Amino acid sequence: MSSPTRPTAETLRTLEAHIRDLEGTALSSGQNLDAALSPLREQLERLRGQVSLSRWERVQLARIAGRPTALEYVERLTSEFVELHGDRTFGDDQALIGGPARWQGRPVMLLLQQKGRDTKDKIRRRFGSSNPEGYRKAIRLMDLADKFRLPVVALIDTQGAYPGLEAEERGQGWAIAQSIQRMSRLRVPTVCAVIGEGGSGGALAIGIGNRVLIMENAWYSVISPEGAASIIWKDSAKAPEAAEALKLTAPDLLEMGIVEEIIPEPTGGAHLDIDAAAAALGEAVSRHLDELGTQSPDEWLSGRAARFRKLGAFTES
Amino acid sequence: MALDKFFRRRRPQVNPVAETETPDLWGKCPQCKENVYLRDLAAGAYVCPSCGLHHRLGASRRAEVLCDSPLEQWSGRVHPVDALKFHDTESYPERLKRAQLKTGRPDAILTGRGSIEGVDVVVAIMDFEFSGGSMGSVVGEEIARAAERAAQMGLPLVLVAASGGARMQESALSLMQMAKTTIALEALSARGLPYISVLTDPTTGGVTASFATIADVIVAEPGALIGFAGPRVIQQTIRQSLPEGFQRAEFLLEHGMVDMIVDRRQQRSDLAKLLRLLMHQPVPVAQAQAASSQAASTQVAP
Ligand SMILES: [Zn+2]
Repeated sequence: MSSPTRPTAETLRTLEAHIRDLEGTALSSGQNLDAALSPLREQLERLRGQVSLSRWERVQLARIAGRPTALEYVERLTSEFVELHGDRTFGDDQALIGGPARWQGRPVMLLLQQKGRDTKDKIRRRFGSSNPEGYRKAIRLMDLADKFRLPVVALIDTQGAYPGLEAEERGQGWAIAQSIQRMSRLRVPTVCAVIGEGGSGGALAIGIGNRVLIMENAWYSVISPEGAASIIWKDSAKAPEAAEALKLTAPDLLEMGIVEEIIPEPTGGAHLDIDAAAAALGEAVSRHLDELGTQSPDEWLSGRAARFRKLGAFTES
Repeated sequence: MALDKFFRRRRPQVNPVAETETPDLWGKCPQCKENVYLRDLAAGAYVCPSCGLHHRLGASRRAEVLCDSPLEQWSGRVHPVDALKFHDTESYPERLKRAQLKTGRPDAILTGRGSIEGVDVVVAIMDFEFSGGSMGSVVGEEIARAAERAAQMGLPLVLVAASGGARMQESALSLMQMAKTTIALEALSARGLPYISVLTDPTTGGVTASFATIADVIVAEPGALIGFAGPRVIQQTIRQSLPEGFQRAEFLLEHGMVDMIVDRRQQRSDLAKLLRLLMHQPVPVAQAQAASSQAASTQVAP
């Protein structure tokens, strides 16, 4: 929980804004304000090092405007991405996209949960919440990955599958279950990274990795903090409390054995330095792909099964 | 409405009625308001004889209705733990204790070996009376073990789903059970053994998005609520009222999501018939004789 003296993300943002103002003034007026600016910059660096975020603050960072979406990473880390469309049955979901690409030079199959960058794009992509067609397209792309021996790289970023009337009519639960099943059957290595939000089954549908990684300020949970708060307290405004209870941050998940590695973000969040965030993500995913590359298809299959088989907490009498 | 409430309302002093007892009383059906003699209700698989309402069943009663004789029970040794130290309006251990006292089992699942009209099966039955049948680590583990053991023994698996979804108090660990169960069921596929799921009222959330809907054959009970997102959440999203019968078994059959809707009183014979077909087992002698004599009489009468 937060203590009153600990710097918060808000403190940092205020200080950053102040520095930007001074820099602007210096630029426009031609004055040299270095004497005023350098202690402020030092203070900012110091605070960034001290800041330890509450779980709710991390959830907010995972959602902050300007947070890099899957495509921001793909633009920086891949070449020759060929987006493939459609589930061959009903339509083309824009919240879950994918296709082959070269990940820092390595041919892979990408599965991407894409939230959208401006308002129009966000609406078109339902803010990253898929209809069943998204999962059915993912299944089709996994078929291709198997056929052409392309490792799968999945970037997870969704508040959850879309809870709509038509989604239910077309079997949202069925599509997610089939995607989980298809991914568990892949005879190629799979590396998944939660880059922002990992909401429930909608995220897990493309989360069956030989390795599952998570960005430092991303979250992954069975339910969103708002959803949990409205169930527990009938009040979604209690989301900060729910976030604490759900233990949904990267360090929590590492402790539970649900992820293998936390990918560090630039101080203050990935949005402050997208290039640096992308570099860290690229390095981690590539390293895991290369490590897995030495194994056989049977090992990828059985290793993945064993990884998920052991997850859970219970005692035995 | 839960069956225990149905009993309790008539005779509050019988509180709680042990699940296996059948008190010699009558109660009013919550749907058709007819008076039903409870012994008749029990004899009719807890389906209202006048309107056909399928009462929700706890796992023990479900096992009685489904299987020929008492199960060789496997579950019961795996117990839940509070790995997250989860506390909301009360602590998770307090919630668990209450549910355990209510149901007499450590978590929301009953598994074991039994038979359905003579066909040997492994059954896994979710217990809605335990914390709304929510899926935590124990439910996931027991289902995984039941699937793996069925595969080892060369037996089919019949799973009865009844769940409000994932168990929030186990957060991401609960979520991972969706993957664990789905993967464990591969053992049955690998050996060509049938896996049949029976979706009962209600089957929602994470259960619908994992093991319950990847069965070889999906059976639903009449009127059961089945879906991924809950109706209330959908209503909040789309801001319009939901059509009559939305997410009910009949709606899902119409949309191609389940293989068949089977009245509970018919389930034993329908499941046995299906399993015998899928497992290349012969028609039982008594039934074969009955069928041939029927065929003979049909031939006589043109
Ligand atoms: Zn009735």
